[in-house]
Amino acid sequence: MKLVTAIIKPHKLDDVKSALEAYGIQGLTISESSGYGRQRGHTEVYRGAEYTVDLVPKVRVEVLVDDVDVHDVVEVVVKSAQTGRIGDGKVWTQPVDDVVRVRTGEHGPDAL
Amino acid sequence: MDTGDTAWVLASASLVLLMTPGLALFYGGMVRAKSVLNMMMMSFGAMALIGVLWVLYGFSVAFGNDVGGGWLGDPFEYFGLKGLLGADHLVGTLPAMAFVGFQSAFAIIAVALISGAIADRAKFGAWMVFAGVWATLVYFPVAHWVFSFDGVVSEVGGVIAGWGVIDFAGGTAIHINAGAAGLALAIVLGKRRGFGREPMRPHNLPLVMLGAGILWFGWFGFNAGSATAANGTAAVAWVNTLAATSAAVLGWLVTEKVRDGHATSLGGASGAVAGLVAITPACSALTPVTSIVVGILAGVLCALAVGLKYKLGYDDSLDVVGVHLVGGLWGTISIGLFATADAPAATDGLFYGGGAGLLGKQVVAGVGVMLFSFVVTWVIGTVIQKTMGFRIDEEDEVAGIDQVVHAESGYDWGTLTGGGGRVAGSPARPTDARHTSGTSEVSA
Repeated sequence: MKLVTAIIKPHKLDDVKSALEAYGIQGLTISESSGYGRQRGHTEVYRGAEYTVDLVPKVRVEVLVDDVDVHDVVEVVVKSAQTGRIGDGKVWTQPVDDVVRVRTGEHGPDAL
Repeated sequence: MDTGDTAWVLASASLVLLMTPGLALFYGGMVRAKSVLNMMMMSFGAMALIGVLWVLYGFSVAFGNDVGGGWLGDPFEYFGLKGLLGADHLVGTLPAMAFVGFQSAFAIIAVALISGAIADRAKFGAWMVFAGVWATLVYFPVAHWVFSFDGVVSEVGGVIAGWGVIDFAGGTAIHINAGAAGLALAIVLGKRRGFGREPMRPHNLPLVMLGAGILWFGWFGFNAGSATAANGTAAVAWVNTLAATSAAVLGWLVTEKVRDGHATSLGGASGAVAGLVAITPACSALTPVTSIVVGILAGVLCALAVGLKYKLGYDDSLDVVGVHLVGGLWGTISIGLFATADAPAATDGLFYGGGAGLLGKQVVAGVGVMLFSFVVTWVIGTVIQKTMGFRIDEEDEVAGIDQVVHAESGYDWGTLTGGGGRVAGSPARPTDARHTSGTSEVSA
């Protein structure tokens, strides 16, 4: 099993969710996050004093998937999140030791 | 006694009193979330303390019979407002108590204004001591100089009032006075930790806008109420207050747009206050059209002046100097230029053929109050700093003054777990049952 984590632009969340649903993903976790890559931030002005806000609001999407689906899921996320402009985000995968469904106590791929 | 005048002045007194909670919102929104309560408490603290001192001896120092040279009223003449309760004791066409109430709100806001210069870093107790001492040594005497005219409340009044200077509603006594005091305190306390390096963005601009709106609303009582009558002078002051304030918002926004590329909400709110400050002394002396001119220039001047602190290196946190001192000086001096005999004050300034005499008096009065306030405030602030300490510890400043000084937070951010706290006295959590703790209650 793998954990696919994607940091995407907030306005692309609906597209990514729909694409993952269409692919057949059963569940995912969404959280608000902020950070920066090459895009950096923006500038605000208060009574003439400039502040550089270098953390950009993003959305973090986390999906647990079976090993066989990893490449497809990554591709689905990348395609649906892409605008082609700077700040589109990153997707990465990590191995997962075990997953337990709390309701039934099932372990491993059965719990996905 | 005139019932209409009394009704208007009592209503105005209430309008002016609301300005201080408005100021608390205006200032509170401008600081970081961790300081909002302390910022607002400095205004509320001023309401509490000065309300009491005004009754005890403040009114008497400001409006009691002069004890010599026009510099100070007799603190004992009306101590505890004695002798003023009777309906037969009039100030003009008002019961004396209506005038006492109206002027109390001015004393309160003058003190509260100063707090903007020392956001995030002043001990609340030290602020309260400062507020009482400053009102006693600076505001009450200066109010006597400016607002106490011969034969109105007492036989002999203050030096500036008797000299023919025009300050209708307190450009010198309130704004130049508080602005110069703010500068002195900002220098005594020093910069906020991280000033000029860390972002110190306003945490809630809607609060700032609401506060500015309440200030604007209350200011009609401040200016039009200063006629101390329901008459044509009050009406002219009202309209001039509207004209200058509206124009100042435009002036500030255009300055921002040209300089920074954006017209901002903070700029709009600040422009309104700058215009209100400038028209305060002048609202009885100008036409509505020259009020617009004075207002636009107030917006431009103050928008430029708020940048001074970065160049000169003092941390006047919320721009008491840039808005109140600069706006107050401009308004006071503008009378010398634009005053017209057609307006209720019935005096011509330089541009209306009145010569430079009035302008000279206005400059001397404005600069004089500024210097007096700066020097005395600096002494008071320094004494408090050296004795009880004025500034909180650096560690407390970083943690946030609300938590440390008031044991409160302005906002509950509504985290799922309620911040993970417990009510004191409630049962503690069960003993930790991890493997490392050596208990055998949990099977692996």
